[in-house]
Amino acid sequence: MRNDTIIEVKDLVATYEEDTILDRISFEVYEGEIFVILGGSGSGKTTLLKHLIGLYPPRTGRVIIDGEDISNCDDAECTAMQRKIGVLFQSGALFGSMTLGENVALPIREYTNLSEESVNDLVKMKLNLVNLDGYEDYLPSEVSGGMKKRAGLARAMALNPKILFFDEPSAGLDPVTSAELDNLIVHLNESLGTTMVIVTHELQSIFTVAQRIIMLDQNTKSIIAEGDPKHLRDQSENPFVRHFLNRQTF
Amino acid sequence: MKTSENLQSSQYDVSVTDEGAIVFHLLGKMDASNAAHLIEELSAIIGDRDPSSLTVDLKEVSYMDDFGVLVLMELRNMMIDRRGQFSLENTNGEIEKTLSILNFADLGKRVSLGKKKNTPKVLVRFGDAAIRHAGDVKYLMSFVGSVFVELLYVLVHPKSLRRDDTILAMQNTGVDALPIVGLISFLMGLIMAFMSSAQLQQFGANIYVASLVGLAMVRELGPLMTGIIVAGRSGSAFASEIGTMRISDEIDALFTMGFAPTRFLVIPKMVATVIVLPFLTLFSDLFAIIGGLVVGVFMLNLTANGYMAQTIKTLYLFDIFWGFLKSGVFALIITWIGCLRGFQVRGGAASVGEATTSAVVSSIFMIVVANSVFAVIHYYWG
Repeated sequence: MRNDTIIEVKDLVATYEEDTILDRISFEVYEGEIFVILGGSGSGKTTLLKHLIGLYPPRTGRVIIDGEDISNCDDAECTAMQRKIGVLFQSGALFGSMTLGENVALPIREYTNLSEESVNDLVKMKLNLVNLDGYEDYLPSEVSGGMKKRAGLARAMALNPKILFFDEPSAGLDPVTSAELDNLIVHLNESLGTTMVIVTHELQSIFTVAQRIIMLDQNTKSIIAEGDPKHLRDQSENPFVRHFLNRQTF
Repeated sequence: MKTSENLQSSQYDVSVTDEGAIVFHLLGKMDASNAAHLIEELSAIIGDRDPSSLTVDLKEVSYMDDFGVLVLMELRNMMIDRRGQFSLENTNGEIEKTLSILNFADLGKRVSLGKKKNTPKVLVRFGDAAIRHAGDVKYLMSFVGSVFVELLYVLVHPKSLRRDDTILAMQNTGVDALPIVGLISFLMGLIMAFMSSAQLQQFGANIYVASLVGLAMVRELGPLMTGIIVAGRSGSAFASEIGTMRISDEIDALFTMGFAPTRFLVIPKMVATVIVLPFLTLFSDLFAIIGGLVVGVFMLNLTANGYMAQTIKTLYLFDIFWGFLKSGVFALIITWIGCLRGFQVRGGAASVGEATTSAVVSSIFMIVVANSVFAVIHYYWG
């Protein structure tokens, strides 16, 4: 499993106007793993995620997803690449005018030739998978934050992408709901083999789900640690990393 | 007993037994790329053969995700509809796991998306609508009341008016609207003079073009047009700004910090609009008269002095004040409706869009109604 690289980031430089946010960072994500991007507030986690999903073009460097350089693709190639990824945004980003079912059905109707009945059955199955059976007809404004995230996850998974990206999945959720979402992520990773890339700073989540992490640092604007989270917590050479992962002030 | 015939494809083999049973031997991958195609072809075969039982053999399936499970589900549903038997064969390893994760055995009845619960009876709907409208009216009254109370408060305590917000609103509603109000009014003056000159020229009454343009604009069209333009520009902006604040909990935040949302958000806009709209109207009148003047001088051989003298002769100071008064009332209507619609937003982005549309439509309607009332008053009074 460890040998198949699915995401490769090479010397990525990200800037916001004149400020450099990330300075020549490189790392790889392997197929089928749960990979966490960690860092304090302002360390550039979300910026990195937006580069990975192709929303921001890199200033220099390359982002290669499943063999395709997304910083240098034409429209058709970019669309093909987008079919390989699913993104769960921080707020769920469900379309408020559509029911949960219609939200999930949207990409399925657009990108497959399934009949309306089959789409409905599939949507039911997808919602079932995230424990939202029976909520097809609810509007996003009628359900709780955790349910919105789960419906967002069902929509992100609608076309069974190879890679799922999560932006702060635990943000705004109570500990129980947050733990349930973590379990769901692990469960989906095990059962469907989907590669998961998660941006978070929730330590509890990290130790539950992460197989490998990278840690970004605001001062050096680069990766200061990479590896197994528990190993880094106990044995990292960098005291800042140990403190961060042990939730101690520096 | 095996087979009377065999159908083959790269994705499946079909064997049909003499007893009218069908076996589908599925091959290779079953995922999003071929699910629709498989459903279509296999359903057609079932439709043609009308089997008493269907067995799906998954031995040669190398990969199956939920799109694959969907294929099996559709086949099972077809057999249930035909009261036939359905069974799976060789569901080993990964496939068994996928089936159990997706709860294939229990995946039940179809649902249809987008259709809400059954439509209730007419009487229930009528009652529902009555309750909803009664709620709306109640909200409307309480909003009018709260605006009135806050206005009084601000009059008594002028320092509580948020001066910077008011000045900003005056700039957005007034100064920024000047170019568009000026241009539209100028063109209206031009068109009115042009159209009326065609008739008046026949009687040698060119000079009355000035009277017509001046009177029509100052008394009626100036306030009306300016009101409509400001309703479209600023009424919609009020509704969308407050509506967006509503859905992002900013209004609740104001409330919890001890601010009265009406005083914070509505009063500055209302004061600003009531101050600037009459001036905008005055500019509108002026630009329309200039538009008429251009036609008068260049097409009707009138002198600029003569045109202006005739305009001044026609207009009374009362007409200008009347226009001012109307504009002030229109300003109240625009802010009141714009802000009310903003506060009524519930849910998401679509609701903000509806509120914005409704703010513009209702404001224009109310402006026209108010203008008619003014016309009646003027008729009996004047």
